[in-house]
Amino acid sequence: MQWVNVILQGVLIGGLYAMFAAGLSLIFGVMRLVNIAHGDLIVLAAYVALMLTQTLGIDPLSALLLVTPIMAAVGYALQRGLLNRTLGDDLLPPLLVTFGLSIIIQNGLLELFTADSRKLQAGAIEIQTFQVAEGVWVGLLPLIQFAVAVVVIAALQVVFYRTALGRAFRATSDDQSVAQLMGLDTRHVFAMAMALSLAVIAIAGVFLAVRANFDPAIGPARLIFGFEAVIIGGLGSMWGTLAGGVILGVSQAIGAQIDPGWQLLAGHIVFLAILAVRPEGFFPKVSG
Amino acid sequence: MNRVVHATKSSRVGVALIAVALVVLASAPYWGDRQMLRLLAEVFTFVTLASLWNLLAGYAGLVSVGQQAFVGLGGYLLFALAILFEVHPIAAILIAGPIAAVVAIPVAVLIFRLRGAYFAIGTWVVAEVFRLLASQVSVLGGGSGISLPAAVVIAMAPTRQLREFETYWLALTLTVLVLAAIVALLRSRHGLALTALRDNEVAAQSCGIDVARIKFFVYVLTAFGTATVGALIFLQKLRISPDTAFSVNDWTAFVIFITVIGGIGRVEGPIIGTIVFFLLRQVLADLGSLYMLTMGAVAIVVMLWAPKGLWGLIAERFGWQALPLQRRLITALKLKDPGRKS
Amino acid sequence: MPEPLLDLRAIDAYYGDFQALFGVSLSVNAGEVVAVIGANGAGKSTLLKCIAGLLPTRHGDIMFGGAPVGTAPAFEMVARGVALVPEGRRLFPSLTVEENLMIGGQAGRPGPWTLDRVYDLFPVLAERRHLRAPSLSGGQQQMAAIGRALMSNPHLLLCDEISLGLAPIVVRDIYAQLPAIVADGLSLIIVEQDIAQALKASSQVNCLQEGRIALQGAARELTRERISAAYFGV
Repeated sequence: MQWVNVILQGVLIGGLYAMFAAGLSLIFGVMRLVNIAHGDLIVLAAYVALMLTQTLGIDPLSALLLVTPIMAAVGYALQRGLLNRTLGDDLLPPLLVTFGLSIIIQNGLLELFTADSRKLQAGAIEIQTFQVAEGVWVGLLPLIQFAVAVVVIAALQVVFYRTALGRAFRATSDDQSVAQLMGLDTRHVFAMAMALSLAVIAIAGVFLAVRANFDPAIGPARLIFGFEAVIIGGLGSMWGTLAGGVILGVSQAIGAQIDPGWQLLAGHIVFLAILAVRPEGFFPKVSG
Repeated sequence: MNRVVHATKSSRVGVALIAVALVVLASAPYWGDRQMLRLLAEVFTFVTLASLWNLLAGYAGLVSVGQQAFVGLGGYLLFALAILFEVHPIAAILIAGPIAAVVAIPVAVLIFRLRGAYFAIGTWVVAEVFRLLASQVSVLGGGSGISLPAAVVIAMAPTRQLREFETYWLALTLTVLVLAAIVALLRSRHGLALTALRDNEVAAQSCGIDVARIKFFVYVLTAFGTATVGALIFLQKLRISPDTAFSVNDWTAFVIFITVIGGIGRVEGPIIGTIVFFLLRQVLADLGSLYMLTMGAVAIVVMLWAPKGLWGLIAERFGWQALPLQRRLITALKLKDPGRKS
Repeated sequence: MPEPLLDLRAIDAYYGDFQALFGVSLSVNAGEVVAVIGANGAGKSTLLKCIAGLLPTRHGDIMFGGAPVGTAPAFEMVARGVALVPEGRRLFPSLTVEENLMIGGQAGRPGPWTLDRVYDLFPVLAERRHLRAPSLSGGQQQMAAIGRALMSNPHLLLCDEISLGLAPIVVRDIYAQLPAIVADGLSLIIVEQDIAQALKASSQVNCLQEGRIALQGAARELTRERISAAYFGV
């Protein structure tokens, strides 16, 4: 039964990883941009939530409702003001600019908040568990987070395939200049995509903050988890990303069970193994 | 016979200046103090790391944010060889390179399945794996690291001063060798292919250049060089730990900033960039994380508004080249105007 | 006399340092069908790109609806009522036929063209509405591209080489729908290398040769010989 619990925990944290991945995957799909600062933006969201709960005295859920539009606005401004300039045929500028951004965010947070570990308190809900079956227990918070992750991914699918905005995303991704001929301002379309990505990041960031300790330096690891989930699941598929997150979460959980020092390593090794054996991932829709 | 001439007027000046500089630097132990030697050795280290990263990213188009994997690997190989196999530290530095190159082969096979920015993150994952594996090796200190035993240190040279002279000259020699190797590579047939690759990958491919093979070769070669530098770095530090060996900030962020600011895709770029970097460090040193923040901002500004870096701006404005890397074809025939007496 | 809908006054256009158009002047009245013909590389597509806002002009003015166009980008020109059917169709491959049409209408301009009306015009599209664009034949893709442009309810429709790569019978079928397309007073500029259909459909003919207008006049007044001469630069 111990192993069932372990795997279940792995599945649930996979939802969080899938959320890390969803924002990354969205941006890559629409504008072929990989945001190296993605993980640091998740951490930024966590700190914004922290500040809101501390200064306004609100609970994390209310903070989430505020952080999400704030981060979305940040995303729109970031894309429109800075990242739109990096888009083009050369892959160096967006990579290096977002890398620079990553360093700036990390060090900015370090200056403002120091390297102390923080956590967002959510109260009793954090320790609540309930029994699913004989000897099998599930934490309420992880379950909620997983459910939210599924809802977020479903919502993204709906946006992409059933709304005018989603059509604009897909058209612009297909052919930028013809999209302009359709009356789409591509600068605005890209900025909306980034805003949406940061909205997802905001939710992921608040969940991260409630779930575990965080400090300015943990961004890169979140980027890597999101990236691994995307690759394992297969590029271009949102539900694949969920599967990828789950596989990664379960690998880490099993690794941790064998030896605590093996948690992260197990995840990386599974990722590399899948890269070796099935580089297109499990549910690919597009090729790199 | 037609021949290719590499030198230009400015490159002759450049080479002469470099020769003078080398003589001055080689004699540094006789006129500089301990601090100066350490600073210069650090400069050499970064010039080398940045030049290697430049070769990888600026010429082969492989942007890696995981070269710290090989810096750390080199360091750990040094400690492993010296402590566990009682190899003389300088010999260990020489062996670390080839071993790292062998390690780089399966790594390359794996991560070359990724493209562009995903490749970059893949290199980061590899570095993380190396770091985690290093933490698991308890004979080399596990997570907290290990110091170089006194016996090994003494084996280098009997006095501390001699040791410092030795490591200084090693650093200078290594830098000169790496830069010479890069220049030689770029002057060769493979170098022409690399420059073509840098300018336009698709066009290079359609000229029959085996792009995949060149990239693979450059990746393994860069790993060789980076690990050798890594071994030397940690010989100087006398202590190693997973976090310092595989630090993204120290071995990747600074290196990338140096190369971007100095000028990607040109050999002179990393040299200029390192000088600027160290000048900035002197000015901003006491500001802690504000210093990194400034570096990041400067790199972004340079990338957007001066993508060819400082040297790129200078070279385009004045047409200079510090090193003889141009190619001009001198034809043996001098065409004569048939209607004129020559 | 009412002002022309589109008035190009001596425009020059460049690709980098290469000059593609030299002092081109042209005007289109409301409800008029104008043909622009010329050999490959004469500058026909360039001309349409300038009008559509994809390529900025260097000298001269473009007046549309009485107002100067200036440096308005493509998406603004759509809002003003210019739509381009690009050379080679260029439908969005990951969108279905219906989604391609809907995106055409995303600018939200009021007017007679709706999804239903486009399906009436080209019934074969209605049968394939949920298929992805690449699975259509060349002729069907061309119809979809025209429908997509019509969905933005333009005042001026620019058609870049509709007949390119299509069998003559298909071209004939598409051109047969032209009267229905211009029925509400839509103006049309047809760019073609194949001049037969273009001449039949239009009232005004412009012939471009190496970036310059070599011949300009009413279709019924120009003889075959003069047109061939201008086309081939003889």
